[in-house]
Amino acid sequence: MSTENGSSGNGALVRLSKISKNFRRGSEDIHVLSDLNLEVGKGEFLALMGPSGSGKSTLLNLIGGLDRTTVGTIEVGGEHIEKMSDRALAAWRARHIGFVFQFYNLLPVLSAEKNVELPLLLTNLSSLERKKHVAAALDIVGLSHRANHSPRTLSGGEQQRVGIARAIVTDPTLLLCDEPTGDLDRASGDEILSLMQALNKDQGKTFIMVTHDPHASARAGRTVHLDKGQLSTEAPE
Amino acid sequence: MKFLHLVFSNLMRKKLRTSLTVLSIFIAFMLYGILCTIKESFTAGIDVAGADRLVVRNKITLIQPLPDSYLQKIVALSGVDSAVHFTWFGGIYRDDAALFFPSMPVSDIDTFLDIYPEYKLSDEAKEKWHSTRTGVIVGKQTAERFEWKVGDRIPLHSPIWPRKEDQVWEFDIVGIYEGASAKTDITGFYFRYDYFNEGRERGEGLAGWYTVRVKDPDKAPEVASAIDSEFQNSPYETKAEPEGAFAQAFVQQMGDIGAILMSILSVVFFTILLVTGNTMAQSVRERTQELGVLKSMGFSDGLVLRLVLAESCLIVVVGGFIGIGLAWLMAAGGSPVPDMLPIFYFPTEYVIIGIGLVIALGLAAGIIPAIEARRLRIAVALRRNA
Repeated sequence: MSTENGSSGNGALVRLSKISKNFRRGSEDIHVLSDLNLEVGKGEFLALMGPSGSGKSTLLNLIGGLDRTTVGTIEVGGEHIEKMSDRALAAWRARHIGFVFQFYNLLPVLSAEKNVELPLLLTNLSSLERKKHVAAALDIVGLSHRANHSPRTLSGGEQQRVGIARAIVTDPTLLLCDEPTGDLDRASGDEILSLMQALNKDQGKTFIMVTHDPHASARAGRTVHLDKGQLSTEAPE
Repeated sequence: MKFLHLVFSNLMRKKLRTSLTVLSIFIAFMLYGILCTIKESFTAGIDVAGADRLVVRNKITLIQPLPDSYLQKIVALSGVDSAVHFTWFGGIYRDDAALFFPSMPVSDIDTFLDIYPEYKLSDEAKEKWHSTRTGVIVGKQTAERFEWKVGDRIPLHSPIWPRKEDQVWEFDIVGIYEGASAKTDITGFYFRYDYFNEGRERGEGLAGWYTVRVKDPDKAPEVASAIDSEFQNSPYETKAEPEGAFAQAFVQQMGDIGAILMSILSVVFFTILLVTGNTMAQSVRERTQELGVLKSMGFSDGLVLRLVLAESCLIVVVGGFIGIGLAWLMAAGGSPVPDMLPIFYFPTEYVIIGIGLVIALGLAAGIIPAIEARRLRIAVALRRNA
């Protein structure tokens, strides 16, 4: 059994207990995660590293309620998400989780501000209130002047900023980032990491970031390594 | 409503594809509107047929005449309220057979207007018709078509009923009648039987058919049997039937119009269902990963299903409503062939059915892609991008 505890003094925001995840490919069972434990403290910036195919994204998906564990429990903010129905899980994601993707995943048919507004459509906010929230989120990522632009007219770094604005616009409990700098050049990647650091330090946002870039993981407060379905603080040889 | 922008933006993703789909739906529904209008033109006579009216014709065929002396015998039968006879005149105006309108003499003015209350004629015109032997009343549509007005003298030629000494039949317009509803035929040209009977070269005393009003519509079949029995084994045996059945039989000489139109529309709508369904399926397949992103944000499976259905419905609603609207405008503009299809309008009930079809088609075309989108697993959808 592998165990990694969060260093935050505020108590664990995320607690994974004895997590296993298997996939079935034909007649073969593939064990992606085995008997894994992890705690992430509130306000922590955790980097999750590992080689391709090690199960990093799978673990992130499990924490974000995008996938189901085969065995084990996941507790986020005191709620056991593995017991939730699909419908309840969707509502929980809307309230508590912000995702940042490697390829930004903006809707090309919507402007930057309409992309950022998407998660707010699931709330009871009025149109005017949604506009205020969107403006604030775009201001935080420094893209107020590009609000009406289509994603196609934005650079990769700018698109990722819009992606971050979309992730934080509902003020979620937890931000999950899957290789957020993986598709960016070094300079743009650094800008994104700085932005994430600022959100972590200044606004107390909790981040779990999957990356296999040591340069990116160096910006995190703590790094754990995943290899062959097991977690450790040491990078595998 | 807050999702409308998202639905609309998704449809605008491939403008050409969406436009072509909308165009095909538009054409299908315009065709629906036009075919419904044509069907109504053919069958309006059946719909307006009075439940208390029987048509009595020669048993052999409608072309064969009946003696006008049957009138008194028919009226004397039990259950008969009144009767009037007509004769197909086949009048030709300006020696041009293409300028068709139904023309016929009626045996009695008062009975005729009493049996056909859907023909609205002023008292003044009625009085003038009584006092004018050559008087004729003309339906509003025909009057407008030839720009006729009260007081005009209309010369007609009839190849069926030539006038004595090869004279031209001349009629004086005494009134222009209107219809009680849009279904009323207002193309007729009705004149007096006495003028016709005395003037014709041959066939004196013969009429075309009778319309009989019964006292009790529930007893119409018994009255029809009584009429046929009355003239059984005579040189002119009759066939009496309800006016609706008579009109239907008349229309069915050209075939079952309703079945023909229904077959065409079924094929058209099935094709459109495939076209729209394919558009939606392609649209959903192309943005599998985007749907995964929406779900990762907290869009529930049910909401995603509804969004895809809304897209499908919107695309059909836009095309369908424009199609139905244009068909309605075309019908409101009047019949392009008034001599063939005098009653030409898009009935409200078919407009309502059309709106129902629009919604049904939108749901049917979108349901399978919507279910696929609903079932989409987020982790799988997001991996599509990798």
